[in-house]
Amino acid sequence: MDNKGTKKTAFTLFLVTILMFGFGYAMVPLYDVFCKITGLNGKTIRVVESEVKEEYKSDRIVKIRFDSNINGDLPWKLKSNVKTMKVQPGKFYEATYVVENLYNGDVTGQAIPSVSPQIASLYFKKAECFCFINQLLKPGEVKEMVVRFEVDKDLPEEVTALTLSYTFFRAKKVAVN
Amino acid sequence: MSTLVKDTHHDHDHKPTGLKRWFFSTNHKDIGTLYLIFALTMFFVGGAMAMIIRAELFQPGLQFVDPQFYNSMVTIHALVMIFGAVMPAGVGLANWMIPLMIGAPDMALPRMNNMSFWILPFAFALLLSTIFMQGGGPAGGWTMYPPLVLQTGDAFPFLIFAVHFLGISSIMGAINIIATVFNMRAPGMSLMQMPLFVWTWVITSFLLIASLPVLAGAVTMLLTDKYFGTSFFSAAGGGDPVLFQHIFWFFGHPEVYILALPAFGIVSSIIPTFSRKPLFGYASMVYATASIAILSFFVWAHHMFTVGLPIKGELFFMYATMLIAVPTGVKVFNWMATMWRGSMTFETPMLFAIAFVILFTIGGFSGLMLGITPVDFQYHDTYFVVAHFHYVLLTGAVFALMGAVYYWLPKWTGHMYDERLGKIHFWLSTIAANVLFFPQHFLGLAGMPRRIPDYNIQFADFNMISSIGGFAYGLTQLLFIYIVIKCALGGKKAKAVSWEGARGLEWTVPSPAPFHTFETPPKIRKEMLENG
Repeated sequence: MDNKGTKKTAFTLFLVTILMFGFGYAMVPLYDVFCKITGLNGKTIRVVESEVKEEYKSDRIVKIRFDSNINGDLPWKLKSNVKTMKVQPGKFYEATYVVENLYNGDVTGQAIPSVSPQIASLYFKKAECFCFINQLLKPGEVKEMVVRFEVDKDLPEEVTALTLSYTFFRAKKVAVN
Repeated sequence: MSTLVKDTHHDHDHKPTGLKRWFFSTNHKDIGTLYLIFALTMFFVGGAMAMIIRAELFQPGLQFVDPQFYNSMVTIHALVMIFGAVMPAGVGLANWMIPLMIGAPDMALPRMNNMSFWILPFAFALLLSTIFMQGGGPAGGWTMYPPLVLQTGDAFPFLIFAVHFLGISSIMGAINIIATVFNMRAPGMSLMQMPLFVWTWVITSFLLIASLPVLAGAVTMLLTDKYFGTSFFSAAGGGDPVLFQHIFWFFGHPEVYILALPAFGIVSSIIPTFSRKPLFGYASMVYATASIAILSFFVWAHHMFTVGLPIKGELFFMYATMLIAVPTGVKVFNWMATMWRGSMTFETPMLFAIAFVILFTIGGFSGLMLGITPVDFQYHDTYFVVAHFHYVLLTGAVFALMGAVYYWLPKWTGHMYDERLGKIHFWLSTIAANVLFFPQHFLGLAGMPRRIPDYNIQFADFNMISSIGGFAYGLTQLLFIYIVIKCALGGKKAKAVSWEGARGLEWTVPSPAPFHTFETPPKIRKEMLENG
């Protein structure tokens, strides 16, 4: 029996185990990067609106559908003021949503956006959005909220319509239960 | 390799007695026996749950159990069968046979060996205790997808820590096996002369070490998501539940080969023996096993074609999945070529091995069907999937394990088992398993979803047939226990070479194998080796 060899093999394999445990965690940021490149999870892009407006002449029209959802945990009502909107790529537009707290206490919510088809999420840019921050609603409060967005003019030709969907969740720090 | 030749060949086995022998054992044979008995016990625990499931599905409508309990049965049945029955049975065989097959006196790390076994009963005590808790056991499926699994009640931390313990146990077992094979082979035995069973276990061990820590990470993230406010998988905090599926299946797909590869090794030992020919294409078998293992890390997303992957991703994972059929095909053809023109006899181990080759291949083909992205959208989460993985795991892995028990039982006990009963056990098992699982293909194609206690009336007939097969299979396994106990207690004396065509170092020691073997490394002659 080769005791030194055994110890070395066992120790190396133990290190591999630790490394692979770390790799499991490394998959989290890797996944985020991957999603950012591919638009995989439909997350949208945040931009700063520039002062100077460049002229962009095209008669291309893209249809935007607005969708709203509430996660089961949250005693709120959410509704978009417009169902659809026809927009020109390269121009900023505003849409409004109305949210209502049905609970008799303060509740903080967080909206998570998603754009479909996934490829379009890479070209959907928002300068202002109620989803950028937590929203605190007092008992029975009704609030109108704005999203200001632009569809990039490089949006692939085959995309003629896209859906912007929001889901409001109870803001974290509360156990998902 | 140093050769500490001590003169210890007068055979007084210093065997500790009583409880001490089993609790503090560092002997690879005793630990192997413990593993095998534990696996058989868990096979019946998980089997009892399967009986509850099939009883509920005997007729449409809700008969016996409420849906929550039904779902917890589905979940725990899977965890018990995978981590409690098939994996420990494989590790038990590895413990018993690897030192005997490579001419080593014991495993390289005997104390760790003891620990990795004794963790198991505690882990399963944690898991099984949840059935009796307020709110019941985990019922979100063994895949533990969030957000559903986060709704589990008090059982949740028990589930997570049980998975942690099972992972630690398996990783220690895997480190032990690799350390043994790399450092303790008898002088003169090269890696490419080892029996294929040893090879498959080395490769399986690497899979365990590379994939189980990832699962441990994933379930830890679930734990912190539920109790410590992290949001790895919670969209509200910027996480993504789909991420869990990626991490889980990065572990999950290698895991299915962890269950299957040792079975390949077993069959590669049994078929040459009863064909009285050496294994055909030994080297290609080793390379095929290694390629399957490597490929298994690049196909995980074929379990999640329907989550909304980009089209390029779906194509990549589809083609990578198809690619695995190539090395697997190499193995199946090699087994057939081994039997070709051999002087075959059909003792029980051989029957199980041949049934394995046929039925595992059926499971492989339905796996290929599931691997085709566009059709998977129809098959996903239906009974077709259930039929597929039970063909590869029950008539695949479990059949091979049963064959292994019949094959090496004479070496373990020193007695031949009752061949007539063994054959009856085989035929009843084979018929029952096919009656049980074949109709589930049709149910799945017709759209019956899995993990639901009730179903549309149109599925009634096939479900009844399937349940009858299930009960028959369950009853038949009681016969297996009887055969094993009968063989342990007595029977025809087994010779050292218990089977006419058997080759390999394990047959050079007497039957039953003495408590200590190969304290002096054997002198290897080519004709002694299974693959000389």
